[in-house]
Amino acid sequence: MNSTSTPSATEYAIEARGLRKRYGATQALDGVDLVARRGSVLGVLGPNGAGKTTAVRVLATLVKPDEGSARVAGHDVGRHPAAVRERIGLTGQFASVDETLSGTQNLVMIGQLLDMSRRDARARARELIAWFDLADAADRTAKTYSGGMRRRLDLAASLVGRPEVIFLDEPTTGLDPSKREDMWGVIRRLVTEGSTVLLTTQYLDEADALADEITVFDHGRVIAHDTPDGLKRIVGGQTLTVRPTDAARLDEVVGLLGEIAGMRPEPPVQGAVSAPVRDDAALSALVARLQERGIAVTELSLKLPSLDEVFFTLTGRVTDDAEIKELAA
Amino acid sequence: MSTSTTTFERPADAGSASATAATATAAGPAGALAAAKPQPRRRWRLLRHSLVLAKRSLINTRQTPEALIDVTVQPAIFLVLFTYVFGGAIAHGSQHAYLQYLLPGILGQSIAMAGVAIGVNLNNDVSKGIFDRFRSLPISRSVPLIGTVLADVVRYVILFAITIGFGYVLGFRAQTGVLSVLAAGLLSIGFALCLCWASVWLGMISRTPGAVQGIMILAVLPMSFASNTFVQTSTLPGWMQTFVHFNPLTHLVGATRHLLLGGSATTDVLWTFLWMAILLAVFVPLALRAYRRRMV
Repeated sequence: MNSTSTPSATEYAIEARGLRKRYGATQALDGVDLVARRGSVLGVLGPNGAGKTTAVRVLATLVKPDEGSARVAGHDVGRHPAAVRERIGLTGQFASVDETLSGTQNLVMIGQLLDMSRRDARARARELIAWFDLADAADRTAKTYSGGMRRRLDLAASLVGRPEVIFLDEPTTGLDPSKREDMWGVIRRLVTEGSTVLLTTQYLDEADALADEITVFDHGRVIAHDTPDGLKRIVGGQTLTVRPTDAARLDEVVGLLGEIAGMRPEPPVQGAVSAPVRDDAALSALVARLQERGIAVTELSLKLPSLDEVFFTLTGRVTDDAEIKELAA
Repeated sequence: MSTSTTTFERPADAGSASATAATATAAGPAGALAAAKPQPRRRWRLLRHSLVLAKRSLINTRQTPEALIDVTVQPAIFLVLFTYVFGGAIAHGSQHAYLQYLLPGILGQSIAMAGVAIGVNLNNDVSKGIFDRFRSLPISRSVPLIGTVLADVVRYVILFAITIGFGYVLGFRAQTGVLSVLAAGLLSIGFALCLCWASVWLGMISRTPGAVQGIMILAVLPMSFASNTFVQTSTLPGWMQTFVHFNPLTHLVGATRHLLLGGSATTDVLWTFLWMAILLAVFVPLALRAYRRRMV
């Protein structure tokens, strides 16, 4: 996914060092470092109030940090904000569209503000309207749009100027699952075309599905930065699960797994037994032992922990995602 | 929505099968980044951008015509009320004579009142997402405010036309030529555009639209009554005459009165110009600064 063809001075599209920002009594950012390689998706993950949105606002030149510096698309955010603004697109909870204008009017307006001629702005608007499948609603005011259409228009609005770096602040919050999948498809497509995406989200599955690397925020600080798989390894090891075809041999399998894992497996659940293991070698060792004894299996898997577990390990708290589900229930 | 969902997946699917790159990329949303980025125009940017955003405000207005009440129905009602309620008492029974005197005053008062709306609207708008979008675009920070003020020109033109037009229905007659009437219109609109920056500033520093309205009305009422708007300054007590003399509305009303009814308007026009310059010099920088701060 990392684009190799970009004519870059540096390999990073986003580079921030030591960002601090205080609002009254709240230290929204408390020394944040952030990097995103060109042509990649950086997921910024964290609970509400962790500082994700403030970080995006700083990088998108909406807010000046109290301390620290950042370069976006090769330009310093503090010294050359205009150059940065020419190269970024911003979509999210805050940067949206004018509800009283139609979809087309919104896109044409932004095109004209980006110094396109009226004709070019119209052509670009048509292109985006078609691409985001908004043709039927193009001439209706944006306030009549459904949640999913609104997000697509928001995103289209940030793409008018063909930005190098795209900031998506919680692009799928409030969307139902099928619309989220649609949005994920769109975001993946942007990256195949060479854009760099910084995506903030509260959803661990979203970061897992889209991001090449993930930066985890909590209380205005970065508490982890790694690939999704790397983060999962932080929790320590993987889980080996095996389900023998013949349920009568379950006890025998429990014993084998116990030997390999070096500890007693958890009690079997529905004919399957699991145990934490240190590395991949455990899998081949288990396969060899099962073959020796002629035990057939219907399931054999080695899994990394979920990002939910990672988040819990890092912060000692369950995610907002889980809290939201509880509230909704 | 279900149909749009299914078709929406089409481009995404085309993307994931993206080895068929060349054509798909050209049609994609981000486009080939280096290629086909048209050379943007660089001249007159501030004016062009402001006009684009003025157009946005006008589209907003067209969708809520009731937002024009303060420049249409309101001056008409005030004309009728003041002419027929106070005309008899103030002008010793000659309502026509009072209408001649009153109309420039109502014009001035309506202009001051019409300035309230822009601050209220901006206060509403500025915390909405669209203003953050503007701030993320490579346009001057002042453009959204200038654009909104420019769009207000249309409201003031309507205000002037309605007031004069409805005045004619009631029996008002200008005693000067077409050029003088036009000059009165231009002066009124120009003054209105300067005064409305005070409202813009209040819109930027106030927490709620209601606060903007409250403070503006509080300022506009004494300005429009403690002046020569409705009665001759000489009928007022001395201390109040001092205030009246410094009241910018006094000079605007004095100038338009002379331009519509005759007599030398020069002194009042010069005073009006001076006040316009003062209003701009004070409130434009205040408003722009407050706008920048508000977003940080």
